[in-house]
Amino acid sequence: MLLEISEVAKTYPKAKQPVFSDISLSLAKGETLALTGESGSGKSTLLHLAGALDQFDRGEITLAGEPYSRLDDKGRAALRRTRVAMVFQQFNLIPSMTVAQNLAFHARLGDRFDAAWVDELTNRLGLEPQVDKFPEHLSGGQQQRVAIGRALAPRPDLLLADEPTGNLDEATGDAVLALMLDLVRASGTALFMVTHSPRIAAQMDRQLHLSAGRLQ
Amino acid sequence: MNVRTAALLLCLLPVGLGAQGLDTVGSAEKGFAGLGADAEGFSLPQPGTTFDFPADHGPHSTFRIEWWYLTATLEDAEGTEYGVQWTLFRSAMRPERGEGWDTPQIWMGHAALTSADSHYVAERLARGGIGQAGVTATPFSAHIDDWQMTAISPDGIDDLSLTARGSDFAYDLTLNADTPLVLHGEDGYSVKSREGTASYYYSQPSYVVTGTLTTPDGPVEVTGNGWLDREWSSQPLSAGQSGWDWLSLSFDSGARMMGFRLRDEAGDFTSATWIAPDGSAQPIPDGALTLTPQTSTDIDGRQVPTTWRVELPERDLDVTIDALNPQAWMATRFAYWEGPVSIAGSHQGRGYLEMTGY
Amino acid sequence: MNRTAFLALWSHWRRQPLQLLVLVLGLSLATGLWSAVQAINGQARASYASAAAQLAGNQLDRLTTPSGRIPLETYAELRRAGWQLSPVLTGRMRLGDARLRLIGVDVLSYPVIPSTGGREIAPDEILTPPGRLLASAETRDDLPEDADLPPLVLAPDLPPGTAFTDIATAARLLNRPRELSYLLILPDQPMGPPPLEEIAPDLTHQPPSNQADAAQLTDSFHLNLTAFGLLSFAVGLFIVHGTVGLAFEQRRPLMRTLRALGLPRRNLTALVMGELLVLALVAGTLGLALGYLIAAALLPDVAATLRGLYGAPVAGGLTLRPLWVASGLGMALLGTAIAGAQGVWRLTHMPLLASAGLVGWADAAQKSARIMALSGIALIVAGVLAAFLLPGLIGGFALLAGLLMGAALTLPFLLNTALALLSRTSRAPASVWIWADLRAQLPGLSLALMALLLALATNIGVGTMVSSFRLTFTGWLDQRLMSELYLTAQDDAQGAAIAEWLAPRADAVLPIRAAEITLAGQPAQLYGVADHATYRDHWPLVARTPDLWDRLARGETVIINEQLARSADIWPGETIDLGNWQIEVGGVYSDYGNPAPEAIAGLAPLLDRYPDIENRRFGIRIAPDRADALARDLRAAFDLPDGAITDQAGVKSLSLDIFEKTFVVTAALNVLTLGVASFAILTSLLTLWNKRLPHLAPVWALGMTRARLARLEVLRSVALAGLTAVLALPLGLILAWVLLAVINVQAFGWRLPMHLFPLDWLWLFLLALLAGAAAAAIPARRLHRLPPAALLRIFADER
Repeated sequence: MLLEISEVAKTYPKAKQPVFSDISLSLAKGETLALTGESGSGKSTLLHLAGALDQFDRGEITLAGEPYSRLDDKGRAALRRTRVAMVFQQFNLIPSMTVAQNLAFHARLGDRFDAAWVDELTNRLGLEPQVDKFPEHLSGGQQQRVAIGRALAPRPDLLLADEPTGNLDEATGDAVLALMLDLVRASGTALFMVTHSPRIAAQMDRQLHLSAGRLQ
Repeated sequence: MNVRTAALLLCLLPVGLGAQGLDTVGSAEKGFAGLGADAEGFSLPQPGTTFDFPADHGPHSTFRIEWWYLTATLEDAEGTEYGVQWTLFRSAMRPERGEGWDTPQIWMGHAALTSADSHYVAERLARGGIGQAGVTATPFSAHIDDWQMTAISPDGIDDLSLTARGSDFAYDLTLNADTPLVLHGEDGYSVKSREGTASYYYSQPSYVVTGTLTTPDGPVEVTGNGWLDREWSSQPLSAGQSGWDWLSLSFDSGARMMGFRLRDEAGDFTSATWIAPDGSAQPIPDGALTLTPQTSTDIDGRQVPTTWRVELPERDLDVTIDALNPQAWMATRFAYWEGPVSIAGSHQGRGYLEMTGY
Repeated sequence: MNRTAFLALWSHWRRQPLQLLVLVLGLSLATGLWSAVQAINGQARASYASAAAQLAGNQLDRLTTPSGRIPLETYAELRRAGWQLSPVLTGRMRLGDARLRLIGVDVLSYPVIPSTGGREIAPDEILTPPGRLLASAETRDDLPEDADLPPLVLAPDLPPGTAFTDIATAARLLNRPRELSYLLILPDQPMGPPPLEEIAPDLTHQPPSNQADAAQLTDSFHLNLTAFGLLSFAVGLFIVHGTVGLAFEQRRPLMRTLRALGLPRRNLTALVMGELLVLALVAGTLGLALGYLIAAALLPDVAATLRGLYGAPVAGGLTLRPLWVASGLGMALLGTAIAGAQGVWRLTHMPLLASAGLVGWADAAQKSARIMALSGIALIVAGVLAAFLLPGLIGGFALLAGLLMGAALTLPFLLNTALALLSRTSRAPASVWIWADLRAQLPGLSLALMALLLALATNIGVGTMVSSFRLTFTGWLDQRLMSELYLTAQDDAQGAAIAEWLAPRADAVLPIRAAEITLAGQPAQLYGVADHATYRDHWPLVARTPDLWDRLARGETVIINEQLARSADIWPGETIDLGNWQIEVGGVYSDYGNPAPEAIAGLAPLLDRYPDIENRRFGIRIAPDRADALARDLRAAFDLPDGAITDQAGVKSLSLDIFEKTFVVTAALNVLTLGVASFAILTSLLTLWNKRLPHLAPVWALGMTRARLARLEVLRSVALAGLTAVLALPLGLILAWVLLAVINVQAFGWRLPMHLFPLDWLWLFLLALLAGAAAAAIPARRLHRLPPAALLRIFADER
């Protein structure tokens, strides 16, 4: 198994109720998984935990056998630089850098930059004409394509996506999603996506629903 | 003349120094303007002294105070009446002459021109020793700045030229007299109190005056009578004396009278000299002359008597004197009232009145 | 409704006490520095005014002569002609180390006697020997205890170093019994005296406005201070602008909600302005208190400066003036209005609903940077033009203002360009991001960086000026102070005796003798120097003709000081009027620290014209190792007081001491301005904080630790400060040149050579880096400790 989440519990500081107290799931290499659920059900939190962006209270998460609980802040950052990548609903590109710089940024940061791969990503995402532009000059669909390219450039083992089409209209969203799934499958990356749309979830290998702290 | 303004020279300093001095001496039990002060080191008048003219027309540096005091009653061709005052005071801080700035002799000039409806005043101050002010006996000349009283004939002070000017008036007069000098009191030894304080005092009371007065309205030719007082002393007022009223009267009969009253809590002291038309003088002792204030004039809050009843029974004198201009206030550093008067009653004529301490 | 809304608005400050503190502090600092300068200026002006009032006469016309001496007889003659005049005799006395300016007046005619605070002086006390001296307590304390002077009466309002007395006493003390310095024409004159031109053709009628008084002389100094105060105020406003902007930015959602809930725009605007008003008043009051403290701390040194540099009398104590309070509060209000205008404007134009989409930062920033750079260049050009077109000091300051403001405006463009170059050359992803990110941050930081640029440039400029001055001054002192010992005798007789006694014992005895004359309408000294190698070899000349010293000794020429040469525009080869003495100028010597014009003639020619001048001061040449022994012997032989003999080192240290005091204020304001500037960066960074997180969160998510992000935050700020410092260096040097070659010549009358002090620049550079680091420390620390949840929220926020 690539990603193994076992009996994980998470309570936010100052919150009375835990977000969830006993969650377990696993994801195989190259597998795509959709996680659906109500607003506030904790699906984003679970995604953040899988991305080593936040810490859990109990249980364990391992990526390719490496347990998160043993990682300190540096270790978690290193993990994010190299093996996990994220695509956000808000794209969260770095506004001060050009498309080309954004595309290369994550890979360079993790010292996994492969010019040919980035070029290929650029071409396949149709971003060639945009490379010297700044994110603010791009449409939402274009921005999200840059975000996908940025995420895949370091060839991560696991791509985490939080409502990647939530800010796009349906047609654009579908196109972007199709591109993402293509690339994910071509590169053998596993995808863990949070979405509220059953239609999108249906395109994944597997679907899970989070409700009242339980996975179904 | 009289005991007057003398030590006003002690408070002739500009505001800031002098004003404080004036306030304190005014309220102390030293008598008006500090005239009762001790006279250590200064000469004191002695009875039985004979004047030495013309030398005595000049200054007496070892005495504390001295003045050359001229008043004149004048009228122009149309009969408009005027009065003129020219005074040079000398005040010594120490009984010595000194040279340059270091002299202790200080001079003060007052000049006034009075008519029924106006009263012009000017004042001058000077240090002795630098040539700005002073008096020489032979030939006689007294000056402060451009004001002067200068002999125009070699005969002592019989013929004088008199000038003064302020910012709004000027006069240029010629004075001629042919009568002898009048020595007041006992051959010029004039007693000022029952305690015996005294001054040397002589006058020339009968100048004939001609000349020009200048006011903002232009020059006026005038004629009239002039009266010069010379007096020096070191301690003319005694403690308890708060001021004085002094008169010089020229009657149409040709007779003249000088009289004064020194106001004292313990009873006023009066003195007078009756001068016959031929110039012979008779001293009148304390108590014979009566001066009674009649009506008062308000001058900046002060009540100053400007009509008087004057009685001297032994000369059948019972007259009322009335100020030509009741507002003839001398608003100088040391302020007093001085102006021409008219005489009515048993005698007629004109004169000058001076009042201090109001 | 308004109350509820107001409470809602205010609740922001309860949650952000630090921000409130920064805002109030920033405004207080700005007001404080400005008010301090104003208080100092006001105090100085009041001192001049009270001195002028105390010494009356300054409002009256005067009669003077070119030589500064009027015979006593002339006065008496004018009086006899009817003119109402008041004679004044002034002069300087040396009493040990102390100098006393004596003003002798005829107390009978002088218009106003200084107040003695109720203490009475009897006429015979002041008019007869020994007389009285009126002086302030400050003057009394400076006088040697054993000074042989008349009894002193305290006159608190008299300027320091000045004694007022009767003319008889002054004439005795100065030993000038038959001469006067000038005559005041009293207001009341009799009718019809002869015209003065006819009866006193030798006297010059001088209206009061033509008299060079302290207020005029020191105008330039005060202009200097005011310029500094305004600079501090402007720098302080950067802080206020930053915090007010932040407070508006942070409360934008709240205001939007208030508007959505039905609060009219007018009411909201009024509430916000009311809030600003309250803050301005509170901060203004604090600033006034602060300004008072600063002014009280600096004033003694300013007073020393004004006395040392201009001879202008300023008391060391500070009084509170209502006008000062009003103007300080006014500045606080004005400053708040300026700083808050943008915020209020945005508020009144804020759409009810948040507009979606990002602001096009790159375009807008680059465009505005270009526009600012262009207007900056225009300002610089205008400044240079002003220097040519406007007269004197005003032109100089216009040049400075144009240069500084213009350079500040071009800063964002220059920084942007520099960062673009840097980002192009870097390969490492972190550095690519840093440079790119810096450029993105630049618009928000540019105001603070401009403040830093101004502060740094001023520091370099003023520092270079002061250090150049110090170097020149020290060298000049070495040249000028050649005698090993300086001696002041009690009187001429003792002086002559000492000179005779010294003749076989010293290498040379050089008399220092001077006549008081009038030059360029000011009282001045005309010195006479002996024909000696001491002068020939060392005297610090800035311009000269051949054979100078031979011709000087023969009475064919004189030399004048630089201030006189520049102000009267008289240079070697031209003729000067020394008061009935037309003579060619043979040389110009530098004469730093002297407010007055001065000239030097040969001793013999001087004595031909002024035979009576005092002969009490001497320079003594002797082998340095024998100087101490000779001084001892001299004291013993003539029973001289301690202050009578000064050695060269003593004079030098005294002069340098005065010099250092002169620039204490400058240095203090320098440091304060720099402090304010780094504070401005801090507030800007705090303001940017909320905007920064969306930039930082993705980078963090992509695998950069918070610790590293925090370090990079500091590095970024340090880099910006460093870049700014690099750009500030040339600006500072230009500033220094303007100060030395333009302002100094106008303000003091001398031009100084410029020296460079690279080590100082290095220090300042490090200081700038430190300021940058310190300013970023708080945000960095906050970032370092930020819980991941706060970063994660960025990804969920609708921003």
